[in-house]
Amino acid sequence: MLRRLLISTLELVAVLFLVSLGVFLLLSLVPGDPAVALLGEGRTPQEYEAMREQLGLNQPLLSRYGDWLGGVLTGDLGTSLVPPQTEVLDRILSALPVSLELAVLGLVMALVIALPLAMWSAYHQGGRADRVISAATFGLLSMPSFLLGIVLIAVLVNALGIFPRNEWVRLGDGIGGNLQHAFLPALTIALMEAAMFTRILRNDLVTTLNEDYILAARARGMSPLRIMVSDALRPSSFSLVTILGLSIGRLVGSTVIVEYLFALPGMGKLVIDAANQGNYPVVQGAVLVIALIYVASNRLIDGSYGYLDPRTRRARA
Amino acid sequence: MTAPTTPLLVVDDLRTVFHTARGAVRAVDGVSFTVARGETLGLVGESGSGKSVLGRTVMGLIATGATTTVTGSVLLDGQDVHGLSRGRRRRLWGPEVAMVFQDPMTSLNPVKRVGTHLTETLRRHLDCSRAEARDRAVDLLRQVGIPEPARRLRQYPHELSGGMRQRVVIAIALACDPRLLIADEPTTALDVTVQQQILDLLGSLVEERSMAMVLVSHDLGAVAGRTDRVQVMYAGRTVESGRTRDVFAAPRHPYTEALLASIPQLDAPPHTVLRAIEGTPPDMARPPAGCRFAPRCAVRHDDCAGAMPALVPLSMPLSVGSPAASYDREVACHHPTTSAAFAAPGGPDGR
Ligand SMILES: Nc1ncnc2c1ncn2[C@@H]1O[C@H](COP(=O)(O)OP(=O)(O)OP(=O)(O)O)[C@@H](O)[C@H]1O
Ligand SMILES: [Mg+2]
Repeated sequence: MLRRLLISTLELVAVLFLVSLGVFLLLSLVPGDPAVALLGEGRTPQEYEAMREQLGLNQPLLSRYGDWLGGVLTGDLGTSLVPPQTEVLDRILSALPVSLELAVLGLVMALVIALPLAMWSAYHQGGRADRVISAATFGLLSMPSFLLGIVLIAVLVNALGIFPRNEWVRLGDGIGGNLQHAFLPALTIALMEAAMFTRILRNDLVTTLNEDYILAARARGMSPLRIMVSDALRPSSFSLVTILGLSIGRLVGSTVIVEYLFALPGMGKLVIDAANQGNYPVVQGAVLVIALIYVASNRLIDGSYGYLDPRTRRARA
Repeated sequence: MTAPTTPLLVVDDLRTVFHTARGAVRAVDGVSFTVARGETLGLVGESGSGKSVLGRTVMGLIATGATTTVTGSVLLDGQDVHGLSRGRRRRLWGPEVAMVFQDPMTSLNPVKRVGTHLTETLRRHLDCSRAEARDRAVDLLRQVGIPEPARRLRQYPHELSGGMRQRVVIAIALACDPRLLIADEPTTALDVTVQQQILDLLGSLVEERSMAMVLVSHDLGAVAGRTDRVQVMYAGRTVESGRTRDVFAAPRHPYTEALLASIPQLDAPPHTVLRAIEGTPPDMARPPAGCRFAPRCAVRHDDCAGAMPALVPLSMPLSVGSPAASYDREVACHHPTTSAAFAAPGGPDGR
């Protein structure tokens, strides 16, 4: 047990180190320049040069990385190079809840949509419902997510006026207003994810429904719904749970398009804006946090396999 | 409830057709039989002869649907199984008829505890509390000879041996005291040493409860001492039926004779059983014309490929000492064999 813990901690540290180094090197290739962002356009090259010198941007790449790493190891993520020149940690702490809420809400909604659809589809395998659901999910998946967002905004906000279109309301400032704003972006995410979840789960369910123990459950007089939920769902959810784990990490960092579309101050927007300005402490800090969430959610998923299939329990104990 | 003199199960001209991409597969093609209360019937035939499909259609697990057509009728205790609504039919599965499946490795849900299988079945059909269901489950496991039943209830199927699992499957089937038990090759997937125990267990449980049983097997040997009557199937049809000892004493269909000849010696490995018959069973999407066994039959005549032989009652041969009135024996063959007894295990030659 202790050994396992040690190994997984080492793994985590290695992953975080490699990710931060990789991003740092990539960032040096991106054209963004904090000096320009700070001083604005139209200054002399000497002024920009002096600013770069002052920000320490002229140091060798690896020594800058070393400085940053040293800071991180003492718990200091540094400060933003570009105004507002606040602590990177504060910037992250204000953006992260938005993204996390969006990701979690989106995934929960996606599951609420996908589970019944997949079960319905699998139960009527090859029938009309199955074919309609398959076509619809396929259509959704082949559509870019911003298009879906634009359609939703056009219909639900502009045409029908069901949802407001103003500034994001923080969760702390009232849950009602917050949810009102979070709903549409979350729905945009949810529909895309639900399409994928439905297809994956439906296929696994179809395989499971051909198992002998499903026939045996029918032969005991169990109802189709009961068999679906209590016999078929759990053995069919390995792929779904794996994808779900990857989705959490992915969504926290990459809902940029949706965040832009709905003017949300989330992690995706934070990273993109900072990267464009060469504001590397912010990018590095944010990437570190996203990687951490990624690894953590996958650890959680690994742990759930034992629940899904008792046969794997003894092997991991 | 019907009078106890009427048979428990009456199957009349049952046909199961699967509509597949390859065409219509006539897996069961006009089968009729009855099972009396408390009687055991052996259903024998090679792999692919339609035994499982017959068993499942009798139960109603296979019914008319998008890709399946079932015709004919099944009367179980006076109820027309295929005429009932799905919900009513489901209510038969457990208290009226139950099934033991071939492979206990796959017929238990791997993510469900042994006890859950039992208690959910009990609670589905009987009006009982959680605690009562659990007590009954412990009792059932004890009845099928599982030691430490209370501990076993909390285990998962993979923690049990094959023989133990099949005992669990039997306990589940018995949970609601069915009148009819369909055991579909209950020992095929088990070790030879365990096979005997499971068959004996089934036999004694069925007798204790005066339950009727259809014992499906591709091994005549397994059916021999354990059934009252036997029905031999070939390519979706009955080729011969009768009281087990009569059929064994004097098989009248060349297929039955060949099956008997191929009963393995005690020390032969399992699953080699039917190799003794030349050729393979026909493709059920394209069955041969006339007698379906003709292409493989050792005593084939010219007219065998012409018309399909009907299943006709036989008169009692002199060599069998049963009273004429109770000689219930049928065969579907243009030229029934006349060998008085199954004497030479050499096979259908020498005639
Ligand atoms: N759902 C189905 N769709 C199409 N064909 C089927 C289906 N189920 C069974 N069959 C066909 O019906 C025939 C009879 O199958 P069945 O399983 O009843 O044989 P069996 O006598 O039980 O053989 P075994 O000893 O191997 O269990 C086979 O040819 C099989 O391919
Ligand atoms: Mg079978």
